[in-house]
Amino acid sequence: MAVITIDKVSRWFGNVVAVNDVSMSIGPGITGLLGPNGAGKSTLIHMMSGFLAPSAGAVTLDGEQIWRNQQVYRKIGLVPERESMYDYLTGWEFVLANAELHGLPDPGAAAERALALVEMEYAQERRTGTYSKGMKQRVKMASALVHDPSVLLLDEPFNGMDPRQRLHLMELLRRFGADGRTVLFSSHILEEVEQLARHIEVVVAGRHAASGDFRKIRRLMTDRPHRYLVRSSDDRRLAAALIADGSTAGIELDWQERALRIQAINFQGFTTLLPKVAKEAGIRLYTVSPDDESLESVFSYLVAS
Amino acid sequence: MNRTVARLTVLGLLGRRRGALLLVVPALLLVISVIARGADVDKHDLAVSILGQLSLGTLVPILGLVVGTGVIATEIDDGSIVYLLAKPLPRWKIITTKLAVAIVTTWVFAAVPTFLAGLILVGTQDNLAVAFTLGTMVSGAAYSALFLLLGVVTRHAVVAGLAYALVWESLVGNFVNGAKTLSVQQWGLSVARTVAADGSISAPVALGVAVPLLIVVTVAATAFASVKLAGLTLAAEE
Repeated sequence: MAVITIDKVSRWFGNVVAVNDVSMSIGPGITGLLGPNGAGKSTLIHMMSGFLAPSAGAVTLDGEQIWRNQQVYRKIGLVPERESMYDYLTGWEFVLANAELHGLPDPGAAAERALALVEMEYAQERRTGTYSKGMKQRVKMASALVHDPSVLLLDEPFNGMDPRQRLHLMELLRRFGADGRTVLFSSHILEEVEQLARHIEVVVAGRHAASGDFRKIRRLMTDRPHRYLVRSSDDRRLAAALIADGSTAGIELDWQERALRIQAINFQGFTTLLPKVAKEAGIRLYTVSPDDESLESVFSYLVAS
Repeated sequence: MNRTVARLTVLGLLGRRRGALLLVVPALLLVISVIARGADVDKHDLAVSILGQLSLGTLVPILGLVVGTGVIATEIDDGSIVYLLAKPLPRWKIITTKLAVAIVTTWVFAAVPTFLAGLILVGTQDNLAVAFTLGTMVSGAAYSALFLLLGVVTRHAVVAGLAYALVWESLVGNFVNGAKTLSVQQWGLSVARTVAADGSISAPVALGVAVPLLIVVTVAATAFASVKLAGLTLAAEE
């Protein structure tokens, strides 16, 4: 059982506060670290992986301080976000070098096992410089797993992956979580985190905004008023038809934009209602665009609540 | 020493285009020596100025800079250093291994050509070839350690190193007498003077000063680099 504890941690860079008094504890299973870009996710992961000192507070693994403590890497496997990884080595040489650097008794066998785990044997003789983004990600995973760590830290692992690679990586991470390892990955995409992690930590603007089961957080995020901008062949008639339904809280006719600004109560209800109502009334929809769907607004709503 | 770190460092240093670049400077030295051999001047003075100014004064600091920063600054820049650092490896082991690679590379690409150039120019006369070879070896080692440290402490290692080599060593070191005591180049010259026949090389710094300073600089730079590497911070790219 490996547990990473972040205790009242702050980190500032000059005048900028990147992480502000965050406390959380990450235990076995998969934890998703969710937040918009620039929220402080990478700063947190850098502190958890020993590449950044907290300005205040403590980051520990099973009670041991992580900063300036090389011994923690016996337990931690790190998959960094950056891509550069000794481009002139083949996948095999790269993973083998990582096994040797860990001082493993049989580095060859360990490298073989790790490459098999991520299903990269087929390309292991190719130079990593020639790999696609997804392949690089998998070899990086292999290098992080080569010493069979109890903690796996991944910084934005799904960035730039195609859907198939994404599924494959998710399945891999699920297996590690099921094995009782502590897996933490960061992402700015709610759906990604939701598919994989049962436990979610949300950070927004350097603050710990929410923590807990994904269903709870999903509810927090979806049970909020959604605003839409809609243009149609007959805005007034559409407005009248919509306001009659319970899933709409308010409608405004925006004269300048020549559009309807609609406040929906229930996300799911409204998205099914709108096309139905339009069809029944014989109204054509020209534009349906969410007004405040940007992740930042979702998060700021979460912080405000 | 760690064999894997050494292997990765050598591959990174000599692979890519830097390997070819490293050959250019020594090749130039040899070509100049061959041409100068035919010149109708005093062979001894010619050798002292080519080996002292060109080799010890220019070739060694440039190579030391390229190699010293090349063994670590590149990895820190592109972030691949995390794969070395996220391991239960003592940081001083990483630094000393990389330093060893840097020193050996500097010897191969600076000391060996210096020896050959010396043989071409004056043969074994006055022991000049061996003297300057030793001089380049000791200053090459000190430069490697200094520039490796620069590579760890600053993202602008090459610029800082160039400024040091050009401004301090070449300008200040050559014109201000007191500053010569604190010049790696002069320490190397001091070692060379001791090895060569009496009176054949003049060097302002006494051997009793030069050798301790060489050792102190090399060891201190290495120790400091290890401490800095242990606390290396990866800037958050957010």
